[in-house]
Amino acid sequence: MDDAVRERIQGVVEGHKVVLFMKGSKHFPQCGFSATVVEVLRRLDVDFHHVNVLEDPEVRQGIKEYANWPTIPQLYVAGTFVGGCDIVRQLYESGELQGIVQGGQGSAPGSA
Amino acid sequence: MVDPAVVEERIRAGVTGVEHLKIVDLTGTRDHYEATIVSAEFDGKTLIEQHQLVYAALGELMSGPVHALALKTYTPKQWQTASG
Repeated sequence: MDDAVRERIQGVVEGHKVVLFMKGSKHFPQCGFSATVVEVLRRLDVDFHHVNVLEDPEVRQGIKEYANWPTIPQLYVAGTFVGGCDIVRQLYESGELQGIVQGGQGSAPGSA
Repeated sequence: MVDPAVVEERIRAGVTGVEHLKIVDLTGTRDHYEATIVSAEFDGKTLIEQHQLVYAALGELMSGPVHALALKTYTPKQWQTASG
């Protein structure tokens, strides 16, 4: 992955408190695993920024290298990779996810 | 698409101390799998690190042949508790 893509990814990951790299959008997820994470975040009433990797092939490939994680979706909180669908679901079921996302809550300066 | 035996073989080769391994073809299309893995190598590792270990074992299978892999990873102690 070239530096420009890495910088783009870093900018998004660090520019928003909660970021979900997913297939589709938060309103129209286009993959079951992405939809599961969107649903979990909805239940926790978490506002998040989404990146539709289907519209950005460079990021779709680069994010896998960025996190050393071969699949989408990928959830980031406060700049840190939290996990894919399995881990996010496991953290939600154990109650840990609430603390993680609330630790990262509050909007980054200047974001919508 | 990839044969479940290949998925199992790769995991056993890449993850040491596997005590229990169950592979399920979720859709019958040999590209959406679920793997339940018990290994002492997971001891002391975060969930992310445990799953990265498995993904590393599968290598290039994860960038095409296997579309989705639901992972359930346990240390031997966790497995004992989980399976009661």
